[in-house]
Amino acid sequence: MNITRLDKARDLNFKRQVEEESGQNLSACYQCGKCTAGCPSAGVYDRQVSQIMRAVQMGLKEEALKNRSLWLCLSCSTCSARCPNNIDVAAVMETLRMMARREGWVQDRPMETFWKAFLDTVKYTGRSYEMGVMAGFMARTLRGWGNVEIAPTALLKNKLPFIPSVIEGREEVARIFQRYAEKQKRS
Amino acid sequence: MKYAYYPGCSGHGSSVEYEASTRAVCNALDMDLVEIADWNCCGSTPGHSISHELSGALAARNLLQASKTGADCVISPCPSCSSNLKIARWRMQNPEFKAEVDSLLDAPTPANAEGGADLMETYSVLQAIVENVGVDAINRRVTYPLEGIKVVTYYGCLLSRPAHVAKFDDPNNPVSLDNILKALGAEVLPFALKTECCGAAMGIPDVNIPGQLSGRILETAKAAGAEAVVTACPLCHMNLDLRQRQAARITKNKPFELPVFYYTQLIALAFGLPEESMRLDKLAVNPQPLLDKIAERRAARVQAAHDEARKAAGVAS
Amino acid sequence: MKIGVFVCHCGSNIEATVDTAAVAKIAENYPDVVFAEDSMYTCSEPGQENIVQAIKKHGLDGVVVASCSPRMHEPTFRRTVERAGLNRYMFEMANIREHVSWIGRDREANTNKAAELVRLAVEKLRRNAPLYAKQFDVTKRVLVIGGGVAGIQAALDAADSGIGVVMVERESTIGGKMAKLDKTFPTVDCSSCVLAPKMVDVAQNPNITLYAHSEVESISGFVGNFTVKIRKRATYVDWSKCTGCGICTEKCPEKNVPDTFNEGISKCRAINIPFPQAIPKKATINPDYCRKLKDGKCGVCSKVCTVGAIKYDMVDEIVEEKVGAIIAATGFDLVDWKTITEFGGGTYPDVITSLQYERMMSASGPTAGHIHRPSDHKEPKNIVFIQCVGSRDCSMGRPYCSGFCCMYTAKQAIMTKDHLPDTDAYVFYMDVRAPGKMYDEFTRRAQEEYGVQYIRGRVSAIQPYTREDGSVGYIVRGADTLLGEQVEVDADMVVLAVGVEGSKGAGNLAEKLRISYDHYGFYMESHVKLRPVETNTAGVYLAGVCQGPKDIPASVAQGSAAAAKVMALFSKPKLENDPQVSVVDIKRCVACGKCIKVCPYQAIEEVEFRGQKKAHVIETVCQGCGVCTATCPQGAIQVSHFTDNQLLAEVNALCQF
Repeated sequence: MNITRLDKARDLNFKRQVEEESGQNLSACYQCGKCTAGCPSAGVYDRQVSQIMRAVQMGLKEEALKNRSLWLCLSCSTCSARCPNNIDVAAVMETLRMMARREGWVQDRPMETFWKAFLDTVKYTGRSYEMGVMAGFMARTLRGWGNVEIAPTALLKNKLPFIPSVIEGREEVARIFQRYAEKQKRS
Repeated sequence: MKYAYYPGCSGHGSSVEYEASTRAVCNALDMDLVEIADWNCCGSTPGHSISHELSGALAARNLLQASKTGADCVISPCPSCSSNLKIARWRMQNPEFKAEVDSLLDAPTPANAEGGADLMETYSVLQAIVENVGVDAINRRVTYPLEGIKVVTYYGCLLSRPAHVAKFDDPNNPVSLDNILKALGAEVLPFALKTECCGAAMGIPDVNIPGQLSGRILETAKAAGAEAVVTACPLCHMNLDLRQRQAARITKNKPFELPVFYYTQLIALAFGLPEESMRLDKLAVNPQPLLDKIAERRAARVQAAHDEARKAAGVAS
Repeated sequence: MKIGVFVCHCGSNIEATVDTAAVAKIAENYPDVVFAEDSMYTCSEPGQENIVQAIKKHGLDGVVVASCSPRMHEPTFRRTVERAGLNRYMFEMANIREHVSWIGRDREANTNKAAELVRLAVEKLRRNAPLYAKQFDVTKRVLVIGGGVAGIQAALDAADSGIGVVMVERESTIGGKMAKLDKTFPTVDCSSCVLAPKMVDVAQNPNITLYAHSEVESISGFVGNFTVKIRKRATYVDWSKCTGCGICTEKCPEKNVPDTFNEGISKCRAINIPFPQAIPKKATINPDYCRKLKDGKCGVCSKVCTVGAIKYDMVDEIVEEKVGAIIAATGFDLVDWKTITEFGGGTYPDVITSLQYERMMSASGPTAGHIHRPSDHKEPKNIVFIQCVGSRDCSMGRPYCSGFCCMYTAKQAIMTKDHLPDTDAYVFYMDVRAPGKMYDEFTRRAQEEYGVQYIRGRVSAIQPYTREDGSVGYIVRGADTLLGEQVEVDADMVVLAVGVEGSKGAGNLAEKLRISYDHYGFYMESHVKLRPVETNTAGVYLAGVCQGPKDIPASVAQGSAAAAKVMALFSKPKLENDPQVSVVDIKRCVACGKCIKVCPYQAIEEVEFRGQKKAHVIETVCQGCGVCTATCPQGAIQVSHFTDNQLLAEVNALCQF
């Protein structure tokens, strides 16, 4: 049985931190559920976006950060557009993702791997390169075969070039990534 | 007017038809596009999901390159790119954030009087067309109207969001594409999923999600009576067009056979621009039956007008 | 002059952060102060008695109380000093609570600031002079603006007590929003059955003069003596002849006029009587649609009218009425729900407002009480009710609760089940707010007895689609936050519980009444708790939703309360003015006339004084606003109790260094 002892579990510093990093006032949320009502991913979430907002309000850090929903969020901002209290809910979700990553609580490796595969192509060529991203992702996760289904059409229409476009300033871009990585290591 | 043009990575790959038609339409509307030299990827969703600073730095390099063009602002056909560049500039008005981003760059960005970054503003090509050229100007240029074909407009999630940064159109019910399509002679149907997400961000990790979401959008468009979907986003287009059969399979539907156009392709069509400026051959769902329908209706209308004129002349004589 | 200073603790409100004893000690050294002390509650009976005794014992000429805001207790202490034989204007108040103790924590700084404010009050008081009120006559008639249920109640109560009532109603009939309702909660009794007799009483009461289809053009004067100009808008029908037979409304060929009484869900003729129980039951021509008035061709109504009442050349008429008090009862309008694009913004035919639904359910409504959806006139099988549409919504700039939507939605859901037992009703809600007598029981009945499905969550979007049978369906997508899931209902019809705001034109009228109103068009009462019926303009009172959202019982109660306030005002044979008014120094006045031009109350006139022209203030008309003082190039006109000398003394007391 799991009963939350609020006087012990409530971490209001966590709430404050989310508010600070996202720039949003979580107390303004009155739990009407309109964000959940409009969320295109609601059907696959393990915790609805309004429930995540509630967890932050209550200062329940694990509930807010340890869920798959954060990684299934499509960043479409429908929640923000619909919120009657003008809360940028999508910004809160993004903040929570970053906090979860800092805590080492990434709940969805494939998503994370896709992001890395995507940014890798940018790092090496200066631009993103669809074939490269796909290959990188599939090689690392052995997933993503669903994309093979569309490959024939894409190839037929010549929509997936085999040769990446490489920019002159790619080293300059690579240095951005390098400095970012160093900064991450330091903190 | 002169614009610094940022094509975005997909313009070189999956959305060459968008790139071609955007350039052709802008040219026809006397918009002077100067491509930003040696632009890099904006980082897209992975960029800002991992780090706002990293995303900001990738955008900042582009905006610094853009300032060399001598244009007033940057425009991009891709809503994801224009949104990223716009948000980066917006965030960098904060001097602390600017400093974080500057520390990732070879050289710091120039500062404005308030200590924020002095960078060019970015708009979507759609916004530039609607606000700087105007729907009336488009209407005047039409030589081959779309003959009342029934369409739904699909904006995707990024064109007018987040509203406080985008400052364009209504974030819940945008109408800019509707107005353009009406000006081209199409009938625009009410569509509640105009800004519903197609799931593009999940395209590679899990095709089921974009499959479900795109399937629902196509299903709803079809139920509303649409003969075509019109979009302004290369990622949406990929999900709705290239993945259309997959979406039908995932949502257990029969093939939708619903053509999905970039709005620029339809402007080019209605302007009577040459075929190579539309690249309709690049579309996965065959648009030919619908194009034939337009041609038939046009022929019938022309014939009717002709008959009417003859009748009138006959009566007069 | 001998001045006494009393520094109040206000329990711990002041004492907690101000050393009141020290303030009293400091005050002893101020000029003319002969007595100073601190006290626990100065406003209490012993506290006041203490002041009276001190005045007598020390022979005080004036008193300073350092305590709270004068808004509340200045009248209290003025009466206190009066009891001890002083003139009420030989009193000053220093606000050391709102201006000191409540806004700062530093006790030492607070104590210093409090002492400074006391110094200021003492310096002002040293220059005060006794002032005496003048008496003036009262016109014992009241203007009631708005003929909804609140205005009707106020008018009937006032008329019953013998007061003459002038009622002005914008529409061509009285009855307001209540007349549009089919039933009322929590008893589900017929709205017009309880309202119509009161409307008839208004028409028949000899003390009430009704101007329907009219608006207040301008108001001048002041409490006891207002002059009101009323614009009687042209009806193009001579109401003194019209019998309300209704033949014209049947014969008029222009059938395509939106019926505003039916909230636009049906059409009426260009000449119309809104509903069978209308008061007055007279026809009115809508000039925007009348063919005769637009193109000069038609004239059918004139031909069929047996009494010759049609007057196409009628023009607006301005009438003047004198009254002593005014009750504003202008009600409300719906928030502009068409801006909510995710609900179709008024483009989906079967997404309607609760008020439209109410007309549909009414036996005298356009569908004769049958519920069928506008698009295909079929009986709906699934009806979704959405609450808080334009209420509690910061993104629409409407953060407040509209108060009665929870109740009428429950009522409409119950009535839906009464009309169509096989139809399912779904209610999307955030909270059920039902704090009235028998109210919560009523919403429970909707769920327990009638099986209305309540879903806790908001709706995100409504998508119309074509069903297999060719009919239109509406997918309503919302959240059930209790389940933690997204839910959808395939609805035939959607009813929006649209929130309320001050009625259109409320702000404009407020300017004429010289009262305040908030962002939402609601009029400001004088005190939220203790003066909910009064405004800050003497003689102007409020009744009903124009003051804030409220249901019928509360509107009726406030209507009666406003009438009672007017009765109290009129119970005195004469009214006394506030002597804090402008006075002209004849020696300085050069009769330039500038003050006469700027006075908003027409209180200054030109008189001859020993062969010279001079300005003269009519004391009972002047409201002491001070515009003349600021305008006078000679400094010849001064507001008593706020003269330049008094104000400068206050400034000097503060800025000593």
